[in-house]
Order: sequence, then structure tokens, then C-alpha cells
Amino acid sequence: MPAKVIMPQLGESVVEGTVTRWLKREGDSIEEFEALLEVNTDKVDTEIPAPASGRVLRLYVTEGTTVRAGTLLAVIGQPGEAIPDAEAESPGVAPMAAAAAAPAPSPEPDTIAQPAQVDLGFISPVVARLAREHNLDLRQIRGTGAGGRITKKDVLSHLESRPAAPWESPSLGELFRPTEEVFGVAGAAPGASAPAAGELVQLDAVRRAIAEHMLRSKATSPHVTTVMEADMRRVVAHRLAHREAFAREGVNLTYTAYFAAACVAALRAVPLVNASWTDEGIRLHPRIHLGIAVSLGEQGLIVPVIKDAGQKSLLGLAQALGDLAGRARARKLQPDEVQGGTFTITNHGVSGSLFATPIIHQPQTGILGVGALQKRVVAVESRDASGAVTDSIAIRPMVYLTLTFDHRILDGALADAFLGKVVETLQGWGP
Amino acid sequence: MAEITLIEGLRQAMDEELARDERVFIVGEDVGPRGGVFRATLGLFDKYGPDRVIDSPLAELSIVGIGIGAALYGMRPICEIQFADFIHPAFNQIVSEAARLCYRSNGEWTAPMVIRAPYGGGIGGGLYHSQSIEAFYSHVPGLKVVIPSSPHDAKGLLKSAVRDPNPVLFLEPKKGYRLIKGEVAEGEEILVPIGPARVSRPGRDVSLFAYGMMHHYALQAAGAVAAEGIDVEVVDLRTLAPVDRRTILDSVRKTGKALIVHEDNLTGGYGAEVAAILAEQAFTDLDAPVRRLAGPDVPGVPFSHPMQDWFMPDPAKIAAAVRELAAY
Repeated sequence: MPAKVIMPQLGESVVEGTVTRWLKREGDSIEEFEALLEVNTDKVDTEIPAPASGRVLRLYVTEGTTVRAGTLLAVIGQPGEAIPDAEAESPGVAPMAAAAAAPAPSPEPDTIAQPAQVDLGFISPVVARLAREHNLDLRQIRGTGAGGRITKKDVLSHLESRPAAPWESPSLGELFRPTEEVFGVAGAAPGASAPAAGELVQLDAVRRAIAEHMLRSKATSPHVTTVMEADMRRVVAHRLAHREAFAREGVNLTYTAYFAAACVAALRAVPLVNASWTDEGIRLHPRIHLGIAVSLGEQGLIVPVIKDAGQKSLLGLAQALGDLAGRARARKLQPDEVQGGTFTITNHGVSGSLFATPIIHQPQTGILGVGALQKRVVAVESRDASGAVTDSIAIRPMVYLTLTFDHRILDGALADAFLGKVVETLQGWGP
Repeated sequence: MAEITLIEGLRQAMDEELARDERVFIVGEDVGPRGGVFRATLGLFDKYGPDRVIDSPLAELSIVGIGIGAALYGMRPICEIQFADFIHPAFNQIVSEAARLCYRSNGEWTAPMVIRAPYGGGIGGGLYHSQSIEAFYSHVPGLKVVIPSSPHDAKGLLKSAVRDPNPVLFLEPKKGYRLIKGEVAEGEEILVPIGPARVSRPGRDVSLFAYGMMHHYALQAAGAVAAEGIDVEVVDLRTLAPVDRRTILDSVRKTGKALIVHEDNLTGGYGAEVAAILAEQAFTDLDAPVRRLAGPDVPGVPFSHPMQDWFMPDPAKIAAAVRELAAY
């Protein structure tokens, strides 16, 4: 069994070192504890002794190369012994041009050098909890606390700056997913189950039902779509400030809850949107039952309904959303939980769509489409003490909102009043 | 609104309660014509007469004993202990009798009384005029322990204490009697409920828990470190028993870091209770060890001035502890 020479950690905070000089060549014989190489770190220069007597079978790192602690540097043993492969041992370190032919890597697990461990320092209870809750790899976070410790602030600012940021991924509990995703379009890479060209895809009951409903809706209501945008700055701040508190109540505070709350406010302000067309007249619904489109992946789409959404607080809405979405994906919804909606929200923004013109869920009057939340540059007007108006450029989390409505029931002005109220509610969200 | 001192807030509270309810009376050493050694009852003897503002013998045991007897008889006594240092002879009356009456009689009898006592050091009072005694009494179920740190709270909490159906130990930070001034509304009744703590300065980085004079210093320290970018949340505990767990926990769940300051010596002090609450109920919210800044474990506040300074926590010491915790 050849003995391995590993780059040691030469101090508590010293995680890498540079091989300055090899004192032996491949094929040289060496005694245990005899110096094999010189290493330089930003703190010390030192010699590394041989861990065993034998012949230097292989040197893996060229002089002048900087490697992390734990990297395989050399192997000492008897000629003809199996030599481990540097790539398998320490990824990213190129071996020296080997004079000897490289035999197959040694497969024994007990001889595999450990990959370089990053010392994260002390992990405080709150940091451990946040990492677990958000499924974080703490090695990705730079610590700014005492001795480089990762603080709660470091974790929170990491969470805020995550590229995935504006919209949490569906796996984190965001309730609705875009129909594009469901139907496997919008530039989605073909998955393993993607049908081959020329194949006939069988229609299942869900697909037939969706198709029938889409056609019937288009044939029933003259669809018109109006678009507005909302500055989500206050909502983003509110959600950041309250997410933890909600989590302690067992509730995942998603943006969906805010859009639902804003819809409730707008439906109250413009009751004609919470209505259905009948031949006798327009029936105004006394209660607000909010349908939310939930993707079931390849199995299609289902629209569970938050009953009496008008009676619920933000906490109540978030709770209902989490419950319905969870049970929708577990196929545990009761039949009456997908019926009786008076208005629907769909989020096509998850896959990056800015705005879309969704199809009305009959016999409702309208459907709110929520686009992707993205940081955009906007012109902002401010007034100084003297009353003079100053223009400036600001970066704001913006979202396009669409209302697709039945033009038999609503005229443009009323539809805009509804959508305007949604925007106003979101932009004016209290602390 | 008028700016008054903390002791004036106390005097107003007693004046208003004496006027409101004829069952209220004051008993204590020198509280009568002299108006108390700190002048907390100044003018009340002249206004309400010798039957309602009563000079007692130098016997704390009997001051509290008289109070308990009168309370059982239907009166609403305010007992003044001249210095908290001298309350210990009355320990048995307070702990074994007053605090237990309601429990022992299954609610049939209670002792509705207030025991006022100036406490704390930093006034050159030496061993016998500087003690902090809150930890002994906060341990006693059945007894409420209240410490105001502003004229408004001093007035509002003392009035609530007089109306409380059970005994309240009302500890007054005597160094702050005239040092601490604040706005108090005039012409309206001020009642501050016993129990809730108060977030006196919201912040995000470190939670700083204090009461009495130390709360006053805590605000100064928070102001000093704010310039360095450290955003301290200061919580005035106000009522030590029963303690407001909710406010303590909410604050630390936000900041992740806690510092408790009291001038009473460290070991077995009130900070240990706050630290224990956090360890038990906010463990997974902590981002740093809970810190206590307290007087050293010596038998009393020294008389010598440099030694007194060594004993007492002050804004500079608090700011240093905050900085350390913020950098953790």
C-alpha cells in the first residue's frame, strides 16, 4: 500500500500553500521523516517530511503551484505498486507530466484522500436554522463575524442577493406555476420523457378537459386584456421582514399571498369583476372565492379555490395557499375545493414571462396574470421642501400585471379601475 | 406636556391617588412633615394630614406589617422603605405573608399594597445606601416587582401599583430621581400597566435589556454606537415580575444577539433569568452567546469614588460590551 503525501494545513487559518521546491525526484528513494519538499504559505516556509520510507513513485504538483490543504502531493511506496489518480484524489490539480505510465487508480475507499474541508468556524444556532430552512450551502457564504464566522446578517444578505431572488422556486412553496411550464413549451429543454418526433401523444382526461374548457371559454367570452405595472418595493420589504415570523407559525409567506390580498381589495372596490354573465343579467357574487392555478407538472393544471378569501388576513391567505397547494400536489384535494371560484389568479412569471393574456376560467369575469418580478430602472419623481420636482433614476422590483376580462360585463375603464386598485394596494403596502 | 423629574412623577402619582381614593395612605420613615429623605412625599402631609401621611418608627418590619394589616382591613397602603438596603428586616413580612395571602386563602384575601424603595448605587452612598435588591424579590411568586426608568412610567406604574389587588414592590432608581427628566402629559390620567416591557429604541443588530438607571445608560450607549453603524434595540423591562417574555423573545428573534445590563452583582442576578428565557425559548434564534454586563460579585457598592466607578456599569462600559457583541 503506497503512502500518500498530503498538503497539510499549516495553521488554523492557512488553507493553502505553494510547493516551492521538490527535494526528491520521481524514482528517488527516501527515508521516513526525510524532507521531501518545501512549502510556502503566506505565514511560513516549511519542509514536508516523508510519511514513510520507500521510493518516490509519483509527484502530482509542479513547483510553483498553489494548492489547498488536503491535496495529494506525492506517493511513496515500492516500485510496481498501484498509484492513485490525482484527478480522483484532488480535483482541479493537474499532475506533473508523468514519466511512468499511470496505472489504474486504486479503488480502496480507505485510501482515498479527503477533499479539502473548508473550516466554517462556529455555526450559531440561528445560522444553522436558517441554513436548514433555506437549504443553503454555508460554504457559499462569506463570513464577516469574529474570526470570519458566518453571522445571521451574512446569511440574510446572502439570501437577499441570491440570483434566484425575486421569485422563489416552486419547490419552496410558490403556489402557482405557469401554464407554459405545464405544457412543456417556453423554451424548456426536452426532458427524458419528451416524446420522440412523429410519435402520437395520447390524450388523458385532464388534457381533454383543459382543451374543452379553453375552447369553450374563448367561444363564450370576448376576451380583452389590459396591462399595468406595479412597483413591488414595499411588498418585497414587508415579506422579508415578516417571512421568519410567518415561518414560526408554520406558514410560508409567498408573493402569491400578496397578489391574492390585492385582488381581494380590488374585487371589493369593483364588485362587477366578482360576477358572472347569465342570460337574465349579470350576477354579482356576494362572497369572494379566489381560484389559484397550481401546476401538477406533466399531469396538467388544477385550480383550487380559497373559499371566502375576502374574510382572510395575509396570514390566513398564506396559510390557505400553502395548504391547498400542498394537497393539490399530493392529489388530496376534495372535489368541492376546486369549484365555486369567482375570480382566478395565474402566475406565468415563474418561467420569465413578462406579461401574457390568459384565458378566463368560466363562468368568471376575469383572470389576473402575474408576470415575472424583475428589477427594472424606473424614473422617480420627488419633491423637495420648496415644492420643486426632481427626476431621478431608481432600481425597483417591478412586475407587469394583466387583467383579462369578459368585455360583455366590463368596459375598459372599469377593468382599469380594478387593475389600478391591485397596483395601488401592492405599491402602498404598509409596513 | 411638562418636563418633570422622575421623583416629581412619583409625587404626582401619590398625590393623585390620595385624592382619588380615601383608602390610600402613606407610611414610612420621615415621609410626613419632612417629605421623605428624597422629598418624594413633599407637601402631601400638609395637603392630606397626619392620618394619611404617617411617620413611622425606624422599623421596616413594622412598616410592612402595618401595611399588610391595613390592606386586609380594606385600606390601600403605600409603604416607603427609606433605602432598599433596609428592606431586609421586612423580608419575612413581604415574602411569607404579603406575597402569599391570595394563594394561601384561595383568593379570598389579598394584600393590596405598594412597597416603595429607592435602590441602586452611583450616588456615593457606600455599602448601606446603594444596594440593588431586585433579584431577591423577583424570585417570589405572588409579588410583583416594578422598576420605572422615566417620569412618565414612574407616575403611570405607581398609580397602577396602588390600584393593583396584590402586593407590588416598587423599586425606584434613586440616582435618577432628579437626573432623569421627561415629558409627562398634564390634565389626563396616566396609567401604565404592570407587566409589559417597552421597546424604547428599535434596532436590528443587538438587543439591549435593562431597567431603572441602567436603562437610561443603555439609551446613551445605543446613541453612542449608532454613529458607528451599530443599530441597537433597547428594551426597558419595567416589570421584572411577572416578566414580559413575549417582548424579550420578539426582540432577540429579530436581532439574534442579547445583552442584559444591571448594576446588581452578576451571579444569580436578574440577567440570569433573561438569559435562561432566551436559552430555553429562543435557542435557534441566537447568533451569539447571551451576554450579561453587571456589577462585580463583591459584597457591596464601594464608598470610594474610583471604586464605585469600578463597580457601576456606565454608558462607556455598556457601549464596549455592545461593540463586542455586534462584532461577534
